[in-house]
Amino acid sequence: MNTDLKPQIQPDSFSFDGASEAEILTVLAKYPVERKASAVMPLLYIAQRQMSRLTGSAWVPVAAMDEIAQRLEMPAIRVYEVSSFYTMFNTKPVGRYHLQVCTTTPCWLRGSDDIVEACKRTTGIAALGGTSDDGQFTLTQVECLGACSNAPILQVDDDFYEDMDGPRTVALIEALRRGERPPAGPAINRSGSAPEGGRKTLIDTVHSISENK
Amino acid sequence: MLHDKDRIFTNLYGQDDWRLDGARKRGDWQKTADILAKGRDGIIAEMKASGLRGRGGAGFPTGLKWSFMPKKSDGRPHYLVINGDESEPGTCKDREVLRHEPHKLIESALIASFAMGAHAAYIYVRGEFFNEAAHLQIAVDEAYAAGLIGKNASGSGWDFDFFIHRGAGAYICGEETALLESLEGKKGQPRMKPPFPAGAGLYGCPTTVNNVESIAVTSTILRRGAAWFAGLGRPNNAGSKLMAISGHVNTPCVFEEELGVPLKDIIEKHGGGVRGGWDNLLAVIPGGCSVPVLPKSVCETVLMDYDSLRAERSGLGTGCMIVMDKTTDIIEAIARFSRFFKHESCGQCTPCREGTGWMMRMMDRMVQGRAEPDEIDLLEQVTRQVEGHTICALGDAAAWPIQGLVRHFRPEMEERIRHYKATHGGAGLVQVPASGVPVAAE
Repeated sequence: MNTDLKPQIQPDSFSFDGASEAEILTVLAKYPVERKASAVMPLLYIAQRQMSRLTGSAWVPVAAMDEIAQRLEMPAIRVYEVSSFYTMFNTKPVGRYHLQVCTTTPCWLRGSDDIVEACKRTTGIAALGGTSDDGQFTLTQVECLGACSNAPILQVDDDFYEDMDGPRTVALIEALRRGERPPAGPAINRSGSAPEGGRKTLIDTVHSISENK
Repeated sequence: MLHDKDRIFTNLYGQDDWRLDGARKRGDWQKTADILAKGRDGIIAEMKASGLRGRGGAGFPTGLKWSFMPKKSDGRPHYLVINGDESEPGTCKDREVLRHEPHKLIESALIASFAMGAHAAYIYVRGEFFNEAAHLQIAVDEAYAAGLIGKNASGSGWDFDFFIHRGAGAYICGEETALLESLEGKKGQPRMKPPFPAGAGLYGCPTTVNNVESIAVTSTILRRGAAWFAGLGRPNNAGSKLMAISGHVNTPCVFEEELGVPLKDIIEKHGGGVRGGWDNLLAVIPGGCSVPVLPKSVCETVLMDYDSLRAERSGLGTGCMIVMDKTTDIIEAIARFSRFFKHESCGQCTPCREGTGWMMRMMDRMVQGRAEPDEIDLLEQVTRQVEGHTICALGDAAAWPIQGLVRHFRPEMEERIRHYKATHGGAGLVQVPASGVPVAAE
């Protein structure tokens, strides 16, 4: 794995910081002591978030995988297998903002091509999978994000920006570039996945506090 | 159609407080210990009587599934594993439960775990649902702090722990045995069955894997009674179900509806109608991308439930429909699914690993029309060679959308080929790319 990586990109060593160590304790408590390999995915996430926190790029270096293998008393190859099997572990550096556009049919039907196009134009990234020259953005095409009634979706890091279109995508990326973080969720007048313009059900419920936002 | 008084998910849109105080006002966590006092057999009998069928796609009776768990422990712990890996294209219902009704899920997980002799439940939430998992974690912490779960959960005498495990972007982990592999810290590659999870599941222990929605409706069914739930819907298709509409409708949304309602009425009521009017409808994929597409003619009359859609050689699946109007390139719409399945095949079984690649490449040519008419039959034949020849159902799921396309839209495929020939000239068409035939998984 990682044969496409220049060796100098990989740090020589990796150690978890205090914040990560605290998270690791919580994670290990979830699984039987003799089944600590179950914690491999959570620990990969913790490593990736630490890299994001400390370097601005959310990825998992090989040294971190080796550290995780030692912690969980499993062969390093088993950790490499897991990190390369699941698409959400980045095995090479990504931009400060990870733009993930869903292009599966439900998003495509509602204009995901426009989102891809707007992402490329605004960031200057030529091809999917690429990172912008300033290192700010990585653009990835992803499969169904499971929010199809709010399609099309542009996921930025952990947040879903919903009901997107070309102009909204441009505005979002420009805001990110200015260091702003616009609120995630639906871009149109609706609460969660309710129909645009107002709920058609749950009208008579006693405890409904508010109509659409 | 379902009345508001019969809805289970009363905070579906997050219009109300999703945390413990709000959940309690909506009736969650009321006298949970009294429900557990019905006993294991009592709860399972009630669930069987309710007619609830699995809400994740396969539609297996939930109470029956629970009854497969050993009655007495042989020393191994029992586990409930909740499948929140919602990744089936078109499907977006469990997300609403996770973020807006987390307490309904946790309380129901306690009840279900008790009914199966499990002291621990794991929920596997797809990795992209980061914020949804965060909501759920807050709710779990609230439930522990209030003594609702943990030691002597809700004062029932039953100890119960609830753990969240996040996936990391692999559709295959929605398959129950792949999910278990992933939870054990491995690649998500499905296991051979038998042994079934009820005999040897998580960590080799008796395990039941249920969809988020199947679990989350449990507390309400047991409060309101099996007869109430069974009175909704149609025989063998009981109850209400979370559904979603995406694609070319005026108001895409998630909603709860009674089973057995005409699909057309659902599109008109919840979806606000097809974009451009009903006559602009081309086709509907009724239950997530794995189930075959239905042309408009079928959509006129078919009912939205397990048996009615089965009779049309499609399926209810997850109950989340994708609507396509006449502007849709239906071949491209299905080809995108072929790319999806190619991407998500775990690579374990040869027919799927290689077959999804073949199907994707043939479908890509069909989109262009760069094919011979008799290759439509060849493509169909390839789907038959994948279907049923793999450990899990991903191979079947990859085959069915194409079979549906060929069954209902063959003339469109032939027309595409004719058009390509007309614009690119003659029968002596070169279909093989100059770089050679791409083979094997790339």
